[in-house]
Amino acid sequence: MTATVAHVHGAADDSLGAAPYALSHLDALESEAVHIFREVAGEFEKPVILFSGGKDSIVMLHLALKAFAPAPVPFTLLHVDTGHNFPEVLDYRDRAVARHNLRLHVASVQEYIDAGTLRERPDGVRNPLQTVPLTEAIQNLKFDAVFGGGRRDEEKARAKERVFSLRDEFSQWDPRRQRPELWQLYNGRHAPGEHVRVFPLSNWTELDVWQYIAREGIELPEIYFAHEREVFQRNGMWLTAGEWGGPKEGETPETRLVRYRTVGDMSCTGAVDSDATTLDAVITEIAASRLTERGATRADDKMSEAAMEDRKREGYF
Amino acid sequence: MTSTTEQVGDFADLAATTLLRFATAGSVDDGKSTLVGRLLHDSKSVLTDQLEAVERVSASRGQDAPDLALLTDGLRAEREQGITIDVAYRYFATARRRFILADTPGHVQYTRNMVTGASTADLAVVLVDARNGVIEQTRRHAAVAALLRVPHVVLAVNKMDLVGYEESVFAKIAEEFTAYASDLGVPEITAIPISALAGDNVVEPSAHMDWYGGPTVLEHLETVPVSHDLTACPARFPVQYVIRPQTAEHPDYRGYAGQIASGVLRVGEAVTVLPSGRTSVIAGIDALGESVDIAWAPQSVTVRLADDIDISRGDLIAPSANPPATTQDVIATVCHVADQPLSVGARVLLKHTTRTVKAIVKEIPSRLTLDDLSQHPDPGQLVANDIGRVVVRTAEPLALDAYADSRRTGSFLLIDPADGTTLAAGMAGESFASQARTSVQADEEGWDF
Repeated sequence: MTATVAHVHGAADDSLGAAPYALSHLDALESEAVHIFREVAGEFEKPVILFSGGKDSIVMLHLALKAFAPAPVPFTLLHVDTGHNFPEVLDYRDRAVARHNLRLHVASVQEYIDAGTLRERPDGVRNPLQTVPLTEAIQNLKFDAVFGGGRRDEEKARAKERVFSLRDEFSQWDPRRQRPELWQLYNGRHAPGEHVRVFPLSNWTELDVWQYIAREGIELPEIYFAHEREVFQRNGMWLTAGEWGGPKEGETPETRLVRYRTVGDMSCTGAVDSDATTLDAVITEIAASRLTERGATRADDKMSEAAMEDRKREGYF
Repeated sequence: MTSTTEQVGDFADLAATTLLRFATAGSVDDGKSTLVGRLLHDSKSVLTDQLEAVERVSASRGQDAPDLALLTDGLRAEREQGITIDVAYRYFATARRRFILADTPGHVQYTRNMVTGASTADLAVVLVDARNGVIEQTRRHAAVAALLRVPHVVLAVNKMDLVGYEESVFAKIAEEFTAYASDLGVPEITAIPISALAGDNVVEPSAHMDWYGGPTVLEHLETVPVSHDLTACPARFPVQYVIRPQTAEHPDYRGYAGQIASGVLRVGEAVTVLPSGRTSVIAGIDALGESVDIAWAPQSVTVRLADDIDISRGDLIAPSANPPATTQDVIATVCHVADQPLSVGARVLLKHTTRTVKAIVKEIPSRLTLDDLSQHPDPGQLVANDIGRVVVRTAEPLALDAYADSRRTGSFLLIDPADGTTLAAGMAGESFASQARTSVQADEEGWDF
């Protein structure tokens, strides 16, 4: 917050001329994201924020709180729980919901598996299984706008994504039939049964997200900071050992100093070796990293060259 | 919170850098992908795993060198056909600035995508092959940049290595382009001789062109001014959402939330609400949690007024000293972006700032041929990628500025009410292609953002 205040005070001095009327890039991104939240509040009947307890959704919630202050956030939250989520993250999720007096819907992959509607994959990766519970929750609860924390810098199919992304009644994304998105005039028109995915962080990078978290003093789940953890290696990634399905025979658990760059399902989200225990150290580490967030730690994107595009077409974020 | 801020002390400068949004335009074989790849690569914005993925796919296709176009062509269909179909947004940073690059396709049939990329751009890079000089497609790109009022245009004369790095070749192309673009009303043109393939003047200065004393492409992108003297522009504040907590803590709070479209708002200023014409005084400005005395575009803020008057989403708050006129007859240039045509008599929706109203297309007086900027009168309809003049009658009055004065309050969308398709991108007022071309050129102060 300190940076913002100093900035605003500096601008009050008109004698400085045009220069004070510039916005820092974080202020520009924040302003744009807030504008997007308010457009959705103004134009849709029943929006929802996808909230996983990961850093991007935490930043989304923070921006939504600022956008409507001093009124409460006019949206509910939705979490697709894979059944293999990190306990620290679920704990953070529940505390955030309680602190801000929000309403949380949970769509559970485990319930679908228990009911026989979804089948566990042979490799145990549950991320792709989220699509059905997600799209059914959207249909059943009749959400017409669904905020996601997706960023265009994450992946090349995401780089083609609009801020307002129209999905048909099957939640499908058709990259060839996207609406042109002109100026800041977002078109949210949709037929009954269709909905719009909305990405307020489209123009943010991983580093922007971390710098914003630092500037705003936002609390995060501890797994984002270096800590000792029992992990084992699979497909070149350090996965957390646990009841979800690892280590198997031939995989040896060991205790390492690690942190997570991205938070998803335990079966496909890898930890990175790190001694970054503070925001400062994390930012230094990210700024120097030669690997993208997903390249470093996500197994599901490595399945094929078009893995993300294919999942998005089916309704995934 | 204070301790957190102190922790990131080393990055305070990084967080305070400015943001430049720019778009690239170029014909299919001008080397646009190579230029984008070079910019990303040489500014160290391509990370190891991305480069490895590109190398892997290039090798599997039997290519000797990594195909940098694969960095930007993110869709299956694009990789299969080796062309860019849709706008992709790229992000990179240097110590001086953050960049958002709208990488737009060069194909003739994707003019609408260049319009999309240019609509939010502070700068457009138009690429030319030094061997071919200014061609039809170059003129089309210059015209779109002028039409969309992109404040800065860079002419990148590429493949200088293939013309012996000759100054005369560059000078001739730069002169022809500058004359053409100035005639269209482009306010600032910078011409740079480059070789994207060899890396001349993209990030590093060229060792082959000592006759050139100007900046490299990246140096220019880092230093071109993006902040403008917005005090010279009248303030415009479209109301997005009314914030009324009605809680025990804030029983009477009533704030108008929105993003300042242009100019500066100050506490104590007399304002008029349009289209109703009611007046009041700004009692307070809340800038996302901080109470401030002054705020400016493009900040998202919440404005409180001294009087309890009826204001809702779609209204526009402007200084009483300088409000826009309201009108129900919109004369504009549109770029048609949909596959279904737009015909005279069509009933549409018009979205302007935060206001969506019913409208009828009364006339389509002319269609523009971008190649030679000639006007075809009364075309009857516009089809995909057409640019034309339209006259639209709206069901309710709009507080509309000329696009020449404000990209934000002078722009609008036409939407098909039946299926929600975005039909056309509209720019209100005179365009460079209308009869009053000279007046546009004289109006350089209007190019503020």
